[in-house]
Amino acid sequence: MTRSQVARPERRAEVFEAFGERDGSGMLAHGLGRSYGDAALLDGGKVVLTRRLDRMLDFDPETGWLRCEAGVSIEDILETFVPRGFFPPVTPGTKFVTVGGALGCDVHGKNHHVDGCWSNHIRNVELLTASGEVVTCDREQEPELFDATVGGMGLTGITLAMDVKLTPIHNPWIAMESVRVENLDHFFEVSAESGGFTHTVSWIDCVKRGQAMGRGIFMRGRHADADEVGHAGALGKLIDVAHPLLAVPLDGPNWLLNNASIRLFNEAYFRKHPKGQKNVLQHYDPFFYPLDVVRDWNKIYGKRGFLQYQLVVPKEGDNAPLRAVLDAITKSGMGSFLAVIKEFGDISNGGLSFPIPGVTLALDFANYGAPLLDLMERLDAIVVEAGGRVYLGKDARVSRATFRRMYPEWEAWKAVRDQWDPSGVFQSDLGRRLGLVGGAA
Amino acid sequence: MSVAIFGATSRIARAVALRWAEDGHAVWIGARDVAEAERIAADVRVKTGVNAVAGAFDAVDMDAHPALVADIEAAVGPLDCAVLAFGDMGELDEDHTDFAAARRVIDVNFTGAASLCEAIATGMAERGAGTLIGVGSVAGDRGRQSNYVYGSAKGAFALYLQGLRNRLFKRGVHVMTVKLGFVDTRMTWGLKTRIPVATPEQAADAIHAAAKRKVDTLYYPPFWRAIMGVIKTIPERAFKRLSL
Ligand SMILES: Cc1cc2nc3c(=O)[nH]c(=O)nc-3n(C[C@H](O)[C@H](O)[C@H](O)COP(=O)(O)OP(=O)(O)OC[C@H]3O[C@@H](n4cnc5c(N)ncnc54)[C@H](O)[C@@H]3O)c2cc1C
Ligand SMILES: NC(=O)c1ccc[n+]([C@@H]2O[C@H](COP(=O)([O-])OP(=O)(O)OC[C@H]3O[C@@H](n4cnc5c(N)ncnc54)[C@H](OP(=O)(O)O)[C@@H]3O)[C@@H](O)[C@H]2O)c1
Repeated sequence: MTRSQVARPERRAEVFEAFGERDGSGMLAHGLGRSYGDAALLDGGKVVLTRRLDRMLDFDPETGWLRCEAGVSIEDILETFVPRGFFPPVTPGTKFVTVGGALGCDVHGKNHHVDGCWSNHIRNVELLTASGEVVTCDREQEPELFDATVGGMGLTGITLAMDVKLTPIHNPWIAMESVRVENLDHFFEVSAESGGFTHTVSWIDCVKRGQAMGRGIFMRGRHADADEVGHAGALGKLIDVAHPLLAVPLDGPNWLLNNASIRLFNEAYFRKHPKGQKNVLQHYDPFFYPLDVVRDWNKIYGKRGFLQYQLVVPKEGDNAPLRAVLDAITKSGMGSFLAVIKEFGDISNGGLSFPIPGVTLALDFANYGAPLLDLMERLDAIVVEAGGRVYLGKDARVSRATFRRMYPEWEAWKAVRDQWDPSGVFQSDLGRRLGLVGGAA
Repeated sequence: MSVAIFGATSRIARAVALRWAEDGHAVWIGARDVAEAERIAADVRVKTGVNAVAGAFDAVDMDAHPALVADIEAAVGPLDCAVLAFGDMGELDEDHTDFAAARRVIDVNFTGAASLCEAIATGMAERGAGTLIGVGSVAGDRGRQSNYVYGSAKGAFALYLQGLRNRLFKRGVHVMTVKLGFVDTRMTWGLKTRIPVATPEQAADAIHAAAKRKVDTLYYPPFWRAIMGVIKTIPERAFKRLSL
């Protein structure tokens, strides 16, 4: 249980008021709290909720540059700009995140292989730093602070505003194809031939072993062209608006998600999909945010909750590390229910930003307690050995030593951070755990 | 078409501004902190494309109100609608030792509000059209030990609006009184209550919809009408012993 003092500024001046009330116990910005681990938590300190600092300050329809405050959410951007032909340049799998959080975790989306991360579409950050000074940093002014803030998990200060470049679109539709992939090799083949698609991701069955290891459904799409969407009527049967409009009303019983039910679900999901491929025009909502319509989807895991594990490993040879990871998971019997796999592109932002060139695998596990933590330790070992890392935005447990091997740039990052925040004003539970704040450890 | 929002830094007021802007009104955004008002105006412009102008407004600077209204109408055109959203609960100590603080609460919530209404009503009455919305509180429905200075000012404002409505009805001007219950804003942040709390956006939607229907007195959330109905019927003899 974490206890913190919480401030919720609605006016800019109230951020400074909250900052003025700091008392040495640490301070941290908190957006919409969609990070899974302890990144946005600060036990015993002062948490500043930024969600209500959500004014859009300027927009240039010629270029797509939007200036907005840190509490603006992806959902706000979609609501305002999709009707005007613009889309967030990068979006995670939920629209309930703030742009401040998107920058703090340097989030990636299905278009990483072409567009990189959130920060690759940002040209500046206005940051309240530990001295109380508001610094606008970009790639020329205070570039080190800019780089450290990108993916900096809120530990360089409180982001107040930023300029983000929106992507022009013709309509809200995604021209989407889904392809049944039979195994891991097939996944890489399909991935390689999907270069023409700006958005790719594959659901992967984590229960199958041997020949069928890595089977799944590969989804690839791009924003539809103007002429692809005629008048709505004619499209009727093409359009897949099938929102899984279910809500999980209560905490599911703990037996709901056991190995057998996962196996059944995976089998059904895979079978339901025709061999070969299927082309549809899909609304952006179910394409990007399948989980957002299932309110409280995480309750299917019951009261025990669940843990996320997202890794990236460089792509190499026959991808032995990836196979070893999948093998360890199937052997453990703690099959992951929602597992997705994607190839990242070459864009890597350094510091604590997660994506490096390679393959990323995101896994949800029902919280099996100690055996699951043991499994994750084993996965860590495979990942570190392969030169990979886990995503801090979804982590609550990696050890300091392991983290340092995963993110060899941590020391350079911390040096910049310490220079801007020598007394450790900005802290988080994650920062304390990983030795990113405070003196030498 | 134009609307003026007074006390626009309130999140309810800002959402109200957006609703009217979405209908195509030019918007004047007034607050004590002009830089903050400018950010809100920018947001309205980006989101709706209407003309939104920011300006300084202080409820207690009453001498300035008539000239301010003239300036506003010069900037965004004759007002079709004005929303008085400002309010201040003050920070009165339990023993009320500081009447200056109490007087300020009365001035912001009542005297300043009435002063501004007079300045706006003149033009609306001349034009024979307009909607004037005053944001009050259920706290104005009965005096209670915990907040009767604020409550009496809001209550006085409600009475004032009642009379104004009666007068301006004959001139084609609609006056709406809004009595808010709990809304999740800066004013109620940290409050612990079992009573459901509305979001500022819900409150704004309700105010917008009610104004269109020319509602006289809006309670929001609506169940507060019933709660206050009951509270008002408790005999004073018993009420004075309670600590609500
Ligand atoms: C269903 C789901 C799907 C997801 N899919 C993806 C995905 O596809 N790709 C991906 O990259 N991530 C994904 N995530 C993770 C999520 O996108 C990130 O954790 C994101 O940072 C959350 O944003 P938030 O506003 O909720 O921030 P929070 O969780 O509140 O904060 C995240 C971090 O950012 C910092 N921060 C927030 N606001 C500020 C600010 N104003 N100034 C300074 N620091 C700040 C916090 O201190 C914290 O360290 C997913 C999460 C969920 C729940
Ligand atoms: N939230 C509730 O539960 C609730 C319940 C009943 C009634 N209300 C009423 O709803 C209205 C909006 O309040 P809120 O809840 O949104 O709280 P809020 O955020 O505190 O808003 C109050 C507003 O009044 C402004 N204000 C205070 N003194 C002023 C002055 N002298 N001159 C000009 N503006 C002044 C404030 O401006 P600054 O930013 O400059 O301080 C702010 O914009 C108020 O009238 C309040 O009384 C609210």
